[in-house]
Amino acid sequence: MARWRPDPTFYPSPKLAMQAPPEKLAFVAMLNANGNGKPDALGVVDLEPESSGYGHLVGQVDMPHAGDELHHFGWNACSACLCPYAPHPHVERRYLIVPGIRSSRIHIIDTKPDPRQPQIVKVIEPETLAARAGYASPHTIHCGPEGIYGNALGSPNGDGPGGIYVLDQDSFDVLGQWELDRGPQYLAYDFWWHLGFDTAITSEWGTPNMVQHGVNPDILLKSGYGHKLHIWDLRKRRHLEELDLGSEYQMTLELRPAHDPRHAYGFLGVVVSLKDLSASIWVWHRSDGNWKVQKVIDVPAEPADPEQLPPLLQGFKAVPPLITDINLSLDDRFLYVSCWGTGEFLQYDVSDPFHPRKTGSLKLGGIVRHAAHPKQPKTPLNGGPQMVEVSRDGRRIYLTNSLYAPWDAQFFPEGITSWMVKVNASPQGGMELDPNFFLEFGDLRGHQVRLEGGDASSDSYCYA
Amino acid sequence: MSSSAPWLTLFFLGAYHGINPGMGWLFAVALGMQENSARAVVRSLAPIALGHAISIGVVVLAAGLLQIVLPRQYIKFTVAAALLALGLYKIVRHRHFRWSGMRVGFRDLTLWSFLMASAHGAGLMLLPIVLALNPEATHAMHHMQVTSFQGPLTGIEATVIHTLGYLTLTAVLALVVYRKVGLALLRKSWFNLDLIWAIALIATGCFALTV
Repeated sequence: MARWRPDPTFYPSPKLAMQAPPEKLAFVAMLNANGNGKPDALGVVDLEPESSGYGHLVGQVDMPHAGDELHHFGWNACSACLCPYAPHPHVERRYLIVPGIRSSRIHIIDTKPDPRQPQIVKVIEPETLAARAGYASPHTIHCGPEGIYGNALGSPNGDGPGGIYVLDQDSFDVLGQWELDRGPQYLAYDFWWHLGFDTAITSEWGTPNMVQHGVNPDILLKSGYGHKLHIWDLRKRRHLEELDLGSEYQMTLELRPAHDPRHAYGFLGVVVSLKDLSASIWVWHRSDGNWKVQKVIDVPAEPADPEQLPPLLQGFKAVPPLITDINLSLDDRFLYVSCWGTGEFLQYDVSDPFHPRKTGSLKLGGIVRHAAHPKQPKTPLNGGPQMVEVSRDGRRIYLTNSLYAPWDAQFFPEGITSWMVKVNASPQGGMELDPNFFLEFGDLRGHQVRLEGGDASSDSYCYA
Repeated sequence: MSSSAPWLTLFFLGAYHGINPGMGWLFAVALGMQENSARAVVRSLAPIALGHAISIGVVVLAAGLLQIVLPRQYIKFTVAAALLALGLYKIVRHRHFRWSGMRVGFRDLTLWSFLMASAHGAGLMLLPIVLALNPEATHAMHHMQVTSFQGPLTGIEATVIHTLGYLTLTAVLALVVYRKVGLALLRKSWFNLDLIWAIALIATGCFALTV
């Protein structure tokens, strides 16, 4: 139903969004990796420090079928609804669009009237997504000025190409494939955009067949996973150019464009370099009308005793950092980097995006390190900082530790015991773990976190 | 109606169209912010006003020409029916514009404003007033010489007056918001004008029946 005034969680600019009140609830994708025929779920976590339920699951909605592998998800509407060329600010931020990357099923979940008890109101079946968009393995969701955009890793037969589809903002019907001309693009992973420049950016992982049975060492050593970025004309829905990082850089995953619509640059996390197992952060940017990409951060692998390593890594005698997720605060000042392999979480001041300055580091979990949380200092943790979400004001960060079931099993063969933690960030840089926030998921695994009202990777803005 | 009342109404309808953030001023502000320049705000006003004027002008002139060949009653009921239908449709459905963007030149912006005004039935909303401006058209059969010029001429005048009202509000709002007020006001005071707009369409449709 249309509102009389704009949804109060819509903000014209990232600067105004930073004044938003602290979030009270988080929604978390919870994966059931036990193969026991039980479904995945969307969990609701209490984030109010004064509340008795602080740091605990206070609600849960189970998916109708088992085996979805819930992964990334997003809102039906956000601040992009205020964009001047397609304004429709009187819709509600209310529904979560929750795809299953394995089942290709897309769930529409209503967070009203009681956000602690969300309800599934619609399920898009994989056949519908395949018939209408030609895609499978749906992944990232972003609300755009004109509709809900999602992307998918591949086609229904498990190969490529992967790409973007659009959902109707009112009916949630699949409107079809977004690309009018995809050029050479074949692999897909993440996508986002620079609304101020009518430009979309997409990244590359692998097709469903290349990733769903775990990292394939043959593909990896032949540089078969993605190592490019693609630049698109967002209005004409056409591929403009590809930026190749070089084939030694494998898996160009998360994209975090500057939130300020006047700035045409952004950050990209690369999982691993074949040369030395390091991970890296790159900046793409537009200068003199040309798009370019350059490496700005290198995180080296850490030498390790092969005895302590899973079979996949024993030959290398080192732990790769594996940068699997990154996030950028709304003021475009702090970049957060998850090193899932080494169990380290890094904070960089990226006020000058080409010269990042490290301002903080935390250790938690890790393939060898197994660093503990202050709330249970004697319990070694596995998994590592993975999905990272930043609050709108940039003061609180939430982390979970599961990546993707087939890959979890390769890097943590003992089985991931899943947790969610909270990090408090100081406005001038530096951060520390909240000693009172340590959530254990039991036999489920936490993946992406979305904050009630929006977060640092949910909204895009048309005004500075 | 006194002789100046319809003209004032046209001007104020223009101002009313101008107030709507979705009709242009907000786009002008965004373009100014994107370039960090008040000049960019001012520069965008001309194409925005032009697109609006073309949308209005086409409808008003078409109706003016129809007045020459069709009995007034026909036009009156057609206009009323169109307004009521569009108003009711807008209450039931709210579609919004697709596939535009932020990198817009003069032509893009003119086209955007034209489409925005047309999709909202902005020109249609004026017709009852324009009809009221041409009372002698009722005697069209007897005064063919006069009305065949008067219809289109009045149409052009009506479009100009309306666009002046529209441009005034668009320019003032865009500049005041860009320079002084800032966009925080959108969060509280961007009322759902779509609904009011739909009601206005229906109201003018009813008014059309009375002229």
